Amino acid sequence: MSSKPKRKFTTVSIPKTLFEKIKDRIKNTGFSSVSDYVTYVLREIFAEKQQQQSSEQAFSHEDEKRVKERLRALGYLD
Amino acid sequence: MKMNQAHGGSLVSRILSETASNKLKEQASEYPTITISSSIADIVQNIGHGVLSPLTGFMTEAEVNNVLDDMRLLSDTPWTIPIVLDVKEANDFSVDDEVVLSTDGAPVAALSIEEIFKLDQRQFSQQVFGTQDSKHPGVARVHAMGKTLLGGKLSVIPSPPKKFAEVTLYPLDTRILFKTKGWRTIVAFQTRNPPHLGHEYVEKTALTFVDGIFINPLIGPKKPGDFRDEVILDAYRALMKTYFLRENSVLSILRSPMYYAGPREAIHHSIMRKNFGCTHFIVGRDHAGVGKFYHPFAAQEIFTQFPDLGITPLLFKSFFYCTKCRSIANDKTCPHPKSDHINFSGSEIRRHFKDGLIPPESLMRREVAEVIASHPEPFVT
Repeated sequence: MSSKPKRKFTTVSIPKTLFEKIKDRIKNTGFSSVSDYVTYVLREIFAEKQQQQSSEQAFSHEDEKRVKERLRALGYLD
Repeated sequence: MKMNQAHGGSLVSRILSETASNKLKEQASEYPTITISSSIADIVQNIGHGVLSPLTGFMTEAEVNNVLDDMRLLSDTPWTIPIVLDVKEANDFSVDDEVVLSTDGAPVAALSIEEIFKLDQRQFSQQVFGTQDSKHPGVARVHAMGKTLLGGKLSVIPSPPKKFAEVTLYPLDTRILFKTKGWRTIVAFQTRNPPHLGHEYVEKTALTFVDGIFINPLIGPKKPGDFRDEVILDAYRALMKTYFLRENSVLSILRSPMYYAGPREAIHHSIMRKNFGCTHFIVGRDHAGVGKFYHPFAAQEIFTQFPDLGITPLLFKSFFYCTKCRSIANDKTCPHPKSDHINFSGSEIRRHFKDGLIPPESLMRREVAEVIASHPEPFVT
């Protein structure tokens, strides 16, 4: 755990006017830099997209049948 | 609205089929064996059943460092507590070895060793617990750990629990249960204590806004003076039998160690409940705290750093009984001075039971208190 690699960052270009707007907006907030703010917003957007794209059901009908039997036996389902 | 997806995108299963489990059990003696504690065995089962999705095994060095430094996995997925397997020494093992993990003399999993590396106790303690004070129970546990860590994927033999089997559910179970009940929004309540009226009020306040509540006591090693697991469960059964609706409440346990890591552990607890299918998670005052190591609301503030957590924290202030309002209230709802307030103090409630008394009904439901009092020794000694 001692020889840790440096965290990798990369550069993304945004219009300077937008940069200035963000810089102005994050004054007196918890964000310490424009990069912090942009990272936060992008993570938020990605998480929303990922949730929207997820499939409705992540288990098979066989799983469902087997688990429901167990849940009934345990009294969780009637 | 879709069911909340598992953390990292999909629910992990590292559980072996019946055939593969039997084969591993038969051949276990041919592999090098590592004996693990019951607490690590619980973590192994949790990884196997997807409670810790997207983890598929114990973390490697780069993953541990990323979690310590950035509170994220290498995939950028939020993660705050390193999940590691420690051994005293690893002279008998090499990378790419397949080893068997066993507890109580029985094999529970195979570990494919991807990496063998050293534990930096100071770094681990400082970053996870914010201190190196050995009076902190989490730090003390880190100090007692072996100095070598093994990272790698697990293949887990499903192990039916010896205790509390009737209230043991894993994420696949709860996801199917919630779907069958028609719940789309589910709030999880984490606890390690029997319920007093303040807990009940928080639970019911949260429940008002969602389809169902998942009450999920943490079962595992505890400190002397804590309530025993069976007492907590019996107390919740008594409460829910009379004061909750069966159609919108579920009680199930989670076997997992308490790290007492305060804010980092609040995130960890919410990730596990997301994997159970929950959409909301209740965070109260000093969640997963111990002593005065954390600011009482640090465990709430940390959620602002994770816009991509995928589970919504419901942040509650402390509740109290206000003698002027003649109801349960909190700082946001009650205009009266502190002198009118009766706090729901866990230590006060424990003191009543230690003195052989029943706490007053302004603190705890009579049905709950009587169940606790009926236990010959309600506390861990």
